[in-house]
Amino acid sequence: MPKAQTVRPLAIPAVSTRLLLTAAGVVILLLALAYLVAFDQGALSRSGMYMHELMHDGRHLLGVPCH
Amino acid sequence: MPLRFGRLLVAGLLAGLIAGLIAGTFAYFAGEPRIDAAIAIEEQNTLGHGEAGGGEELVSRGTQKNVGLILATSLYGIAMGGFLATGYTLLRRRLRTGSDTRAAIGLAAAALTGIVLVPFVKYPPNPPAVGDPATIDQRTTSYLAVLVLGLVAVWAGVLAARTQTHEWRRATAGLLGFVVVVAIAYLLLPAVDEVPGTFPAVLLWKFRIASLGTQVVLWTVLGLAFAALLHRLATSTGPATAEPGTRAAA
Repeated sequence: MPKAQTVRPLAIPAVSTRLLLTAAGVVILLLALAYLVAFDQGALSRSGMYMHELMHDGRHLLGVPCH
Repeated sequence: MPLRFGRLLVAGLLAGLIAGLIAGTFAYFAGEPRIDAAIAIEEQNTLGHGEAGGGEELVSRGTQKNVGLILATSLYGIAMGGFLATGYTLLRRRLRTGSDTRAAIGLAAAALTGIVLVPFVKYPPNPPAVGDPATIDQRTTSYLAVLVLGLVAVWAGVLAARTQTHEWRRATAGLLGFVVVVAIAYLLLPAVDEVPGTFPAVLLWKFRIASLGTQVVLWTVLGLAFAALLHRLATSTGPATAEPGTRAAA
């Protein structure tokens, strides 16, 4: 049987103000994306209810409250 | 030189896309039959608020079932993958393990517990034909609250575990820290009971299990795929990872 191998851990960027600002920006964009799937009713997608209706089943199955 | 945040983020987004596609496929087979059955009930009730039912449809059922479903799980997966990669970058040094695989899968498991399992027990997901449209705003707020409190509970568990030294004490303290926060959250948040008495219990159960399964598949694949991509980065970036003591020095 092969033995489990571990790789040397990756060098992760040091936590700096710049990294935190970048991370905050990324988190805001990701929240917008998650909002688009889970809650948006046209305010963000500018497509009326189209995107909302399109992703209706996904919302139910991902467990988000929906109507 | 340490890795750039961008490369970790790309790994997370890619892992999220893979996870979303697989979870969407699972949801199609496990969940769609239940949604169809629930919509049939919704249409029988005619006067229901029927987004999917009724005359004019913005999006056809056929499109909602495959394209719409996979699009939703993929975008959701990408967002979760981005959160995982960001969390990993900021927290990696605080995760006391020398294994990136354990760190990645551990974080995914923590997220699954906090934002899926804890909310699932308090506010189980509902199929079409269940739920009062008049209370949707209040239910959405409560859902977001339980999701945040779920993450707080996991964090409390980790903090509690770290106050102890022996392994069994760490496990017990961690569990207690988690359970105390979850119990307080469950007690404080309002109860929701909007399942009509006539809705078939078996269908409700099957829908909820399919929904839980979708999230479990998504987070499991996400954790594994992210760990695999990290491994690839570690073995391909060469000198960046070969420097001894980079983690301690950073």
